[in-house]
Amino acid sequence: MSAASFSAAETQRLSSLAVDFPSTSSCFDIEALSLAYEGKPALRDLTLRVPRHRVTAFIGPSGCGKSTLLRGLNRLHDLNDQVTRNGRIRLEGQDIHARDVDVAELRRRVGMVFQTPNPFPMSIYENVAYGMRLQGVKRKRELDEIVEWALQSAALWEEVKADLHASAWTLSGGQQQRLVIARTLAVRPDVLLLDEPASALDPISTLKIEELIRGLKSQLTLILVTHNMQQAARVSDYTAFLHAGELVEYAPTDTLFTNPRLRRTEDYITGRVG
Amino acid sequence: MRILRLGSDGVWRWLSGACVALSLLAVVALLTLVVTRGLAHFWPADIEQLTLENGQQVAGIARGSEAGEQRYFTANRDLDGRVWRWIETQAIETRETPPELLYAERRDWGPFIGRLTAVETPAGERLQGNEAERRLRQALAGNTDVTTLHLRNVEGRAAEVAFAQVASLSWPNRMTIGDKLAAWGHGVWRFLSEAPSDGNTGGGVWPAIFGTLLMVMLMSLVVTPFGVLAALYLNEVARQGPLTRLIRIAVRNLAGVPSIVYGVFGLGVFVYGLGGRIDSWFFAERLPSPTFGTGGLLWASLTLALLTLPVVIVATEEGLARVPVALREGSLALGATRFETLRRVVVPMALPSMLTGVILAVARAAGEVAPLMLVGVAKLAPEVPVDGEFPYLHLDSKFMHLGYHLFDLGFASRDAEAAMPLVFATATLLVVVIVVLNLTAIILRHHLRARHRALEHS
Repeated sequence: MSAASFSAAETQRLSSLAVDFPSTSSCFDIEALSLAYEGKPALRDLTLRVPRHRVTAFIGPSGCGKSTLLRGLNRLHDLNDQVTRNGRIRLEGQDIHARDVDVAELRRRVGMVFQTPNPFPMSIYENVAYGMRLQGVKRKRELDEIVEWALQSAALWEEVKADLHASAWTLSGGQQQRLVIARTLAVRPDVLLLDEPASALDPISTLKIEELIRGLKSQLTLILVTHNMQQAARVSDYTAFLHAGELVEYAPTDTLFTNPRLRRTEDYITGRVG
Repeated sequence: MRILRLGSDGVWRWLSGACVALSLLAVVALLTLVVTRGLAHFWPADIEQLTLENGQQVAGIARGSEAGEQRYFTANRDLDGRVWRWIETQAIETRETPPELLYAERRDWGPFIGRLTAVETPAGERLQGNEAERRLRQALAGNTDVTTLHLRNVEGRAAEVAFAQVASLSWPNRMTIGDKLAAWGHGVWRFLSEAPSDGNTGGGVWPAIFGTLLMVMLMSLVVTPFGVLAALYLNEVARQGPLTRLIRIAVRNLAGVPSIVYGVFGLGVFVYGLGGRIDSWFFAERLPSPTFGTGGLLWASLTLALLTLPVVIVATEEGLARVPVALREGSLALGATRFETLRRVVVPMALPSMLTGVILAVARAAGEVAPLMLVGVAKLAPEVPVDGEFPYLHLDSKFMHLGYHLFDLGFASRDAEAAMPLVFATATLLVVVIVVLNLTAIILRHHLRARHRALEHS
């Protein structure tokens, strides 16, 4: 490790300098967030703003806390009582940990796609309709429309329209991942969290997912966790580099990859560290 | 030269292979013995008439031999005081199969082997010879009626049997293979559909089949919701920690408690405790004769439900644990609550395991005898506990059970030796019931897992 160590305050100053947009257009506002698993800190005093209708990528070596941060944004950590949290996360100005927040509704608004495709053991149609059924939508016409719309948005419709009632588990890995994206889109989320969505896929499927991500930002805010720097460079508008639970540098993607401010960032993106 | 030593691949392969072969052999031998003896009982074998060296006449059905002696089923307990005879092969002068020898099953005293001398008609007529036989055949076919049969054994001693006492009658030595097959089918059917007679050594086992199935059904109605909910709580609701671990260990160990202990528990808690309480509250007018304060269908079902609870809990828990975390998180991430996730994703995926658990419990309960002896099984209860009289299902009544019937036939009946063929027949039936239940489990599981398997392979 040749990287120099920076104080938290310095890092924070640098990162807020790097990303500049009006606070009215921020989707997530993360303030001094710290998370610990069983007392072991995973995120330290992290502050950043995620812009609305843009693709923001979190990069960093394994174990740097990027997935932990992502799972904090839809409160998936609630399921694990070993996790302790400090700090505040605001979605569109509202504290997501406030007492009156309905967690289920928060998770509907903040959809998530996981590393490995996880379609339910149901038909393709039922997978996409799952979230709608939870919302109480029962009318067949309405469901049909949303299913078609969601599958089209996820660029899967043409491949599956012939047999919507086939088991979702008969699809290929790439198709399954697009199905999961369609399933998430069907409940009309404001944000889509993607946790290394292409890491289990072949290059062609990866390309399709990346195209999809770029196409979706007109509709919603996307946050992408990836350990693939080319991918971050290709699809994201902003990139945050995390290391050992700290935010090291946060900047528009072009800037971060061409002209990183910090030596640590440069070492990582050029492959000398991590 | 290769030296085989312990630890080399060849030795282990042979040793493990031999163990598998031995186990298979044991299973095959057990099934063959039980099934052949059980089914042979209904085959109308030829009746041999033997003349011995000392001039004695013996008629019987050959059933096995040992060290120069042959074993004959000679029936006629009322005349001879026994039904089996060992006869030295050398002492037999002649063997014949006279066509007129008949085999009659009576509701008392067991079967009779001998000849027909006369029949009496309701009009008081006494018919003899061929006419008697013709009339008897018509009566057996249901076309006419006779009152009494006059029979004699091969030594000429006479016996009288009221026609109503005759359960079945045939002339095996005259039967063709087709006749015998038909008679065999008929015998099996009677065994399955009739109530026991003659101190359980004759007749069928229908009340025992019915009792076993009814008890097992009631048991599964109780054990399924309890076991599944307990497993759901342990696996999905409770905070995982030392306490849940302790409970899990306790549940698994509960499966190893000897079944008779459950019987004692059932007797103490259900029969005397609960049953006594119910009697003093609702059936006080009948006391001191107990209604629920004695063994019965309900208490037997509850005791077996307790006995099989660990099986259901363990199977369900295994099924729940196999549902991938990724799927649970996928559902939660779509805005489902924990309960919705449980209902729509987790439980449907764990369903095959739950079913397997229930059916394993059923198979276990169907073969359990010891605890039942304490909490409600009866030696003879020819009336099944379901009838047209309110409340239709009589939870307080005693019932018969195949396993206990088996024990009673073979080891507690008046003439255990005479009942031995029925022991094998009943054992066959019990094995068949349990095999059918297990097959159902396998087919159900296969069916439900077919779609889940698709993911495991992708």
